[in-house]
Amino acid sequence: MTVSRDNSKAVYQGIKSAGIRFITALPETWLVYLLQLAEDDPEMRLVEVAKEEEAVGIAAGAYLAGTPNALLMQNHGFLGSINGIVSLAMLYRIPLVMLIAHRGHWGEPYPWHTQGGIVTEPVLRALGLPFEYARDPLRVGGQIREAQTLAWSSLSPVALLLSRDLMED
Amino acid sequence: MKRAECIRALYPELGDRLVVTIMGATAQELYDLGHRETFFYLQHAMGLASSIGLGIALNRPQDSVIVLDGDGSVLMNLGTLATLARYRPPNLTQVIFDNGSLLSTGGFASHTTAGITDLAAIARGAGCPRVLEAGTVYAFMEAVAQAFDGEVMTTIVAKVEAVGPDHFGMDLKLPENTFRFQRHIASTARLAAP
Repeated sequence: MTVSRDNSKAVYQGIKSAGIRFITALPETWLVYLLQLAEDDPEMRLVEVAKEEEAVGIAAGAYLAGTPNALLMQNHGFLGSINGIVSLAMLYRIPLVMLIAHRGHWGEPYPWHTQGGIVTEPVLRALGLPFEYARDPLRVGGQIREAQTLAWSSLSPVALLLSRDLMED
Repeated sequence: MKRAECIRALYPELGDRLVVTIMGATAQELYDLGHRETFFYLQHAMGLASSIGLGIALNRPQDSVIVLDGDGSVLMNLGTLATLARYRPPNLTQVIFDNGSLLSTGGFASHTTAGITDLAAIARGAGCPRVLEAGTVYAFMEAVAQAFDGEVMTTIVAKVEAVGPDHFGMDLKLPENTFRFQRHIASTARLAAP
């Protein structure tokens, strides 16, 4: 299993065509090519954080400044950011577009990812956050644009779960 | 030195700078001097005020951004100092009011009490490019003047007494703060457009 270069490109093109020019991220294996594309793109500002909850704060600041932006993180980073999502983004009605590598689910060979993978969807449901799975490279661009549109109209964090089908070859 | 004295001295110098504060006493002391559309009070999510400031500063290079932080909040998100150091927008100033206490939540001693943990040293070690320390209001305002030259991101650690206001409350709903703060920034963006 290797990370899909082509599908990473499709995700990145979706981010660009959604008008997003600012990304806050913590590197993770499935996001390697995506983050390389962001790093090499002079039109994109990429901010890498020490821990994902910081990214929620930085993304909120970018939103307050009027900049469409996205967060890229692993689902464990999402789980580690819950208080920032709840007590900053949801409390203050600040939209977040969260692109989350959904590790530890169907087909996961690594035991350490599995508990986080299993609880990610239930946690999103408990928070009442809209989410969708991205599985198809032909659809993911549209899903990112729709995520951005819904986040900014509902003033809510939204999550797009980047699945194994999409991120691995 | 009291934090309220520092904020009172700072207030006339704020002009149209964008201000992000942490929760509780710090937010209240600024609010009590008179709310402005340029103030955003983070009443929860401890540790993220500096992250919000970074996100604003990177996206509004034409604006000066100042974060009024505290030792308890910074200790909850020490990684932020390294992230700030890496991206170091020159238009960002972080003031850490270090009262050695989790004052707004019962006054328990924080790790900085009695000089055990040195936040200025941590900021320097994280790579923050200009770290200034102040123990008097005069030294604080000198540090602020340096920070406001806008040449390099500045961290100011101000040692203050563990005292706060005798009341809490704002006539400002939290989402209302978001909407008004963002609208203010958007309106100045429009004015700045050719």
